[in-house]
Parts: sequence; C-alpha cells; structure tokens
Amino acid sequence: MRIHLTSVFVDDQAKALRFYTEILGFVKKHDVPVGEKDRWLTVVSPEEPGGTELLLEPAGHPAVKTYRDTLVEDGIPLAQFAVDDVQAEYERLRGLGVRFTQEPVEMGPVTTAVFDDTCGNLIQIATQPQ
Amino acid sequence: MADDLFKALADPTRRTILDELTEKSGQTLFEICSRLSMKHQLGISRQAVSQHLAVLEAAGLVETRREGRYKFHDLNTAPLRQIAERWHVPGTSGPEESTP
Repeated sequence: MRIHLTSVFVDDQAKALRFYTEILGFVKKHDVPVGEKDRWLTVVSPEEPGGTELLLEPAGHPAVKTYRDTLVEDGIPLAQFAVDDVQAEYERLRGLGVRFTQEPVEMGPVTTAVFDDTCGNLIQIATQPQ
Repeated sequence: MADDLFKALADPTRRTILDELTEKSGQTLFEICSRLSMKHQLGISRQAVSQHLAVLEAAGLVETRREGRYKFHDLNTAPLRQIAERWHVPGTSGPEESTP
C-alpha cells in the first residue's frame, strides 16, 4: 500500500490553484470537471512529478466550515510539506505576502513554521534532520 | 488575584509555558503544544495545555488576542511585580530601576 493522494479543502479552486502553483511552486497534475462547477484538481511537487498528489477539494460540505474554523483558531495545520530550509522558505513566502501564524522555530531535531494558504487552511513546512 | 498568581506559578508545566512565551510572545495553541512536546518532551494533551493556559490567563500572566481567524497567546509579566513589591528587600533596587 502507498499514499498516492491526500487532500485539503479549499474555498475556491481557481484561487487555490494559483496559490499552490504560483506561490508555493507546485505544478498542476490533473484537472477534470466534476459535476456542474467542481473539478478533480491535483498538484504535485516539481521535484517529484510522480509523487503524492495533493487534491484541492471543494469545501462545499457544510461540516467543513466548523472543522476548519476550529482548527485554524488553535493554529493547527492540516498538511505538512517538506522543505530544504524552513528559514529560507519562510523569507521567500513572506516576501510574496504569505501570512505566517508561526515563524520558524527549532522544535528539537525539526524546524517548523506554519502559514495560511489563503483558501481556509493552515499549512506546516518542516525541515527534517539529514 | 494574588492567590491566582501563586497558584499559576506553582506548576512546572505552566512555568515552562511562560519560558516559551518569553522567547516569543504571540503563539497559537498549536505552537505552544509543539514546543512543550518537541522541545521539552512533555507528554501532555492539548486539552491539558488549554487548561494550563486558562489558569495563566486567570492570573493575568497570559492574554489572548484574536486576529482574524487565529487566536494568539501573549505574555504579560506585569502581575509578577506584585511579588517583588510585596517582599521588597531594603537596600536593594526595585525591579524597575534594577541595573544589570
């Protein structure tokens, strides 16, 4: 068994695609219309085009708002992405106007930071020890 | 108020929370929990951390601030002045005019 796909709920798929590609630097993998206005929309890392896909899933279900608002209030991220250097990535993203709820902190062996993806979620970036 | 203050300071986990907020004020619950578990290896639930924060808030040592969808916890050391003033040692400078 492998982890092939994981997902985050997004308020607006078009806006999410812009953020996840233009700001974060992922590339679009699949974009298929589903139903009237939704899309099966996934992105992957350019470093791993055949790697795990991230599904940008419409946040239309009524349970999503409560779920996400409660987690965001407490600063809890819904996904974690690996970066080579959290501090450098923090500075790059902040320069692009990204809002961080947690600046880079050394948490024992791991350095982490948390930012808002502008689509309703908090995302953690982490640098693992080599 | 004084009882709340001494009760808040009597617990080592709560003192560690204050240490971490001294390093950087304005943390989410998630950041405080992460620091306790990963920097201090404290096996403590999020609910328990919330309860500790409530005690610290009742003592005036922690203040919460809402900013958009997020909630941050700030350190307020002002209540600690009561301690230095209550047991002020004659011939020493007070906490405010102390020199390094």
